[in-house]
Amino acid sequence: MSDPGRGYHDMGGLPAGPVERGEHDYALWEKRVDALLVLLSDKTRDLVRVDELRRGIEQLGPGAYDELSYYERWIASITGVLLGKGVFTSDELGRRMAEVEARAAGDRT
Amino acid sequence: MSDTGQHSHDHTPRPDQDGPPSYYQAMETAVRELLIERGVVTAEEVRAAVEAMDARGPAQGARVVARAWSDPAFKARLLKDGSAACAELGIDMGPTHLVVVENGEKLHNVIVCTLCSCYPRFLIGLPPDWYKARAYRSRVVREPRAVLGEFGTEIPDDWEVRVHDSTADMRYMVLPRRPEGTEGWSEAQLAGLVTRDCMIGVTLPKAP
Amino acid sequence: MTTRFAPGDRVRVRWAHPPGHIRTPYYVRGKTGVIERVCGSFRNPEELAYARDGQPARPLYRVHFDQRTLWPGYQGRAKDGVEVEIFEHWLEPAGAAKEGGT
Repeated sequence: MSDPGRGYHDMGGLPAGPVERGEHDYALWEKRVDALLVLLSDKTRDLVRVDELRRGIEQLGPGAYDELSYYERWIASITGVLLGKGVFTSDELGRRMAEVEARAAGDRT
Repeated sequence: MSDTGQHSHDHTPRPDQDGPPSYYQAMETAVRELLIERGVVTAEEVRAAVEAMDARGPAQGARVVARAWSDPAFKARLLKDGSAACAELGIDMGPTHLVVVENGEKLHNVIVCTLCSCYPRFLIGLPPDWYKARAYRSRVVREPRAVLGEFGTEIPDDWEVRVHDSTADMRYMVLPRRPEGTEGWSEAQLAGLVTRDCMIGVTLPKAP
Repeated sequence: MTTRFAPGDRVRVRWAHPPGHIRTPYYVRGKTGVIERVCGSFRNPEELAYARDGQPARPLYRVHFDQRTLWPGYQGRAKDGVEVEIFEHWLEPAGAAKEGGT
């Protein structure tokens, strides 16, 4: 970025290639990420604000911003907000992710 | 400027069950399970929220457009307060403040979110991939006619093009003009002419 | 709600580049436009982004910019425009004779 005062996500007016119109149907896990944000940002919970989600995405940095898919960016950011608020710890999350991966491996055998 | 990241990921369906879960899929499952165990959300709420978003889609917006084409008083209310008018039709707009922008005889509107991907999702469902991608977000504010041309939409030189950048709390829907030759059509017939892309403003409804 | 601007007022977007979560796009900063409507008052996203309450709510406007004031050499009709939502603290009054730019 030539201008440090311009966020990487703030792209209005920059040169870019043609619009590629291919589309994909969202996978169930992507829809669940969307659902989690709808729930966590609702009036009763107010736990992950949309602006917190966006800030987390903006702070992923240029590499991750382009390399991750849309809902990968979302879950990465939602998770960061929840860690920051102490809803769970990194250790709890890491152990649970390992369990999830082990369960999936078991399901495939 | 390339846009490879988003495209290489987003262009093909990624089913849940094939192969090991990706790092981020595992993260989603783990986060969801922990949130359920800690009583922040319930499994039922997550399921219901997925179903509710699945039920939203362009057909819902098409119904609103068809009603506006058929009922001038409704159209006036829709332009004044989009969310309230949609609620009249039983549509749950959630937290959305909907602004409806009307195409005119020589005025074309198109919607974007240059900063992220704000979209009238409570009305017409989740956005298409191209709406969230760098090419559309970067270019449509600066060269709208060229971008519209890539969608096959040629706007005559003497028309005004107005781009709406959803930067804060409003969400936008384009109200296209009713095509010629549809006199006497029912709302259901009219709704059949209205596509998602018409409501984003990258295409125009096709005359019958 | 007390608002500093009304529809039709000419405003200039502040030329500023603070770090943080900013919803005023770079391409309109320092540019002059016209208030299209007052959207209402909304919690400040720059504060909400850091888990604060975003209060007091701030007036939010839709501002119309002529394309030709945003992009040098804009190809298109003179009346083509962009409308952007901007919070009041990013806007200052613009003199009637001033044209866009920084």
